[in-house]
Amino acid sequence: MGYYDGLFDALGLRDWCGGGAAQDGPMTMAQLLARSRGGGEGEAVATTPWWQVPFPSLDTLNASCPAIWRTRDLTAWVADGFLAIKNTLKVVLDPLTQPLSWLLDGAIWAMLAVPWWVLVAILLVAVGLLTRSATLTASVCLSLLFLAFIDHFDYAMQTLSIIFVCTTICVVLGVPIGIAMSKRDGFQRSMVPLLDMLQTLPTFVYLIPLIFLFSVTESKLYGIAIILYAIVPVIRLTDLGIRLVDKDVLEAADAFGMTPRQRLLGVEIPLALPNIMAGINQTIMMALAMVVIASLVSAPGLGVLVLRGIRNLELGVGLIAGFSIVILAVILDRVSKAAVGRISALTPG
Amino acid sequence: MDMTEGNDPAEESDPKVSIRNLYKIFGDDPASVLAYAQAGMSKAELLAEHSHVLGLRDINVDMQAGEITVIMGLSGSGKSTLIRHLNRLIEPTAGQILVDGDDVMTYGPLELRELRQTRMSMVFQKFALLPHRTVAENAGMALAIRGASRAEAAEEGGRWLARVGLEGYGDYLPAQLSGGMQQRVGLARALASNAEIMLMDEAFSALDPLIRTEMQNLLVELQNELHKTIVFITHDLDEALKLADHLVILKDGEIVQQGEPQGIVMQPADGYVTDFVGDINRARVLRVRSVMTPTDAPADGAAGEIDCDATLEQMIALTGGDTSQNYIVTRDGDPVGELDMKDLVKALAPETGTTGTNTAASP
Repeated sequence: MGYYDGLFDALGLRDWCGGGAAQDGPMTMAQLLARSRGGGEGEAVATTPWWQVPFPSLDTLNASCPAIWRTRDLTAWVADGFLAIKNTLKVVLDPLTQPLSWLLDGAIWAMLAVPWWVLVAILLVAVGLLTRSATLTASVCLSLLFLAFIDHFDYAMQTLSIIFVCTTICVVLGVPIGIAMSKRDGFQRSMVPLLDMLQTLPTFVYLIPLIFLFSVTESKLYGIAIILYAIVPVIRLTDLGIRLVDKDVLEAADAFGMTPRQRLLGVEIPLALPNIMAGINQTIMMALAMVVIASLVSAPGLGVLVLRGIRNLELGVGLIAGFSIVILAVILDRVSKAAVGRISALTPG
Repeated sequence: MDMTEGNDPAEESDPKVSIRNLYKIFGDDPASVLAYAQAGMSKAELLAEHSHVLGLRDINVDMQAGEITVIMGLSGSGKSTLIRHLNRLIEPTAGQILVDGDDVMTYGPLELRELRQTRMSMVFQKFALLPHRTVAENAGMALAIRGASRAEAAEEGGRWLARVGLEGYGDYLPAQLSGGMQQRVGLARALASNAEIMLMDEAFSALDPLIRTEMQNLLVELQNELHKTIVFITHDLDEALKLADHLVILKDGEIVQQGEPQGIVMQPADGYVTDFVGDINRARVLRVRSVMTPTDAPADGAAGEIDCDATLEQMIALTGGDTSQNYIVTRDGDPVGELDMKDLVKALAPETGTTGTNTAASP
């Protein structure tokens, strides 16, 4: 019998509760503990001092009135609900997301298939073209050679290819979503809570439903987790960048009869570009953070080594892998920031 | 409330742009309070009782082809709102805007875009150039919008840059130019669109006084050649009097007085306008034709001849300050009146200087 027996009796709900019938299902831990203390539940009520009134939570109320759900019923209901729609969801999502698996697998395969010296050369040329900075290119070169020297090159390249693929998809999806948000206040209002949720949801929580939806051996599992987590900044900053475009310039665009398309491509996007690029920089960094955690669900790369360090208590392996991740993060951040700076310099004002 | 001075020959031809009974009310439901505004409820009452802001009330202006119409008023008088109605950057609450006799209010999005692309260009107070395009590309923007290639547009833009005195600056970015130079680009951009009507929203207000004078002279010079229909917004009466063929004075969203600028200076409609014109240098603004006594056959004994468009300042310089003589006033060499120098001196002092007969104000 629970603390709130009197309440249900007073309200005349005893019949609805099913009288004092014993509850079905297994015992809760609280019941078990109470029983092991040897006292009956009724005595517990009698001896509870008034300042220790239990909060009328589902479990407490259930003790008095078995018709009320327990919290475990709630979690079971969520699980059942998810499993019930899982198959339908899978039919829709599986073919839609299959290209993501191909892209990730293909990118990782390509990165590893290319001889290391060709790959380093390609990366350095790309960095040189993006940043036009000799010192930055040289330090990237040194970092890559160092990673190769300590035999972490292949891991680092796996991580890098996952980041490339996921960031590209984030930009392809995120920029149009951001533009749509900047054009429609209603859409923006409905998107903001969703974006807030994606940004604050603990990173591990992304993985839980995905594990049930897809097989852990599929690359898209971690791909989706990374994209969902990393797409937020590029959407937010695209929206912000376009909203911040100088109203006077937009008025001039209208006064000279620009079509909406000319206005978007010729004025709004170019003027918002510094902000959009800042969003892409953030997206890259968040993708890197998530790719490490996604090693829990078989994402290859440096994260696997970190995980090994934790699981097997191999201190050195974990720390060296962590240090390699830092090197990779610094490279990605500096290069993308230098690219942002160059684009901002092209669009003053 | 049309206070147009009479006998202006240009008034008789069909106006290029015509604003008819224009109302603009800002607020949640402007249409609901339009009737009150039309019935004459004051701006303050409208705000207090219906929480709507009266932007413009019953505006009627005719703008003649090839003339500069200056709309002058202090900040908050609705002048920038008014000019934005002409190309419908702002939608009116009620009224008509006729361009070449066509009601712009009936235009759909395509016709409106065509109007903005080919028939009306605009110059902005804050220049509003595209910061990521070169000066030449900015100047050729209107052509690029119409579908010309970037190179073609920049070339045509470059030609107009030369006309406004910016030859050789085509490859700069706007941020690399001074304010005055940026506004020259703004002017070149408007001219390059080859539209007959040019809207200028406080185009020179953000510039230093010397640069402003320079730009005004440039505009006058270009206008003598191109004969655009220009609508010019300003809060500066000296600028208004210098440029205007037709002057409209706005106060709190209503037209206080409009007409030929000389006429407004000589005969202000009310205290507000009187205060306004009280501060100007009358000798520099007023012209001989405004203070002369019109006659076909001037009396003998005149000391000399003077053109009717000479300013009083020039007249004073000519006479060396002697006020005892009479002069024959001519237009294109033919006598149109005579000027008693005493009238000239009287005209310099606003309160007592105007007499009923000296108000003929024909250009």
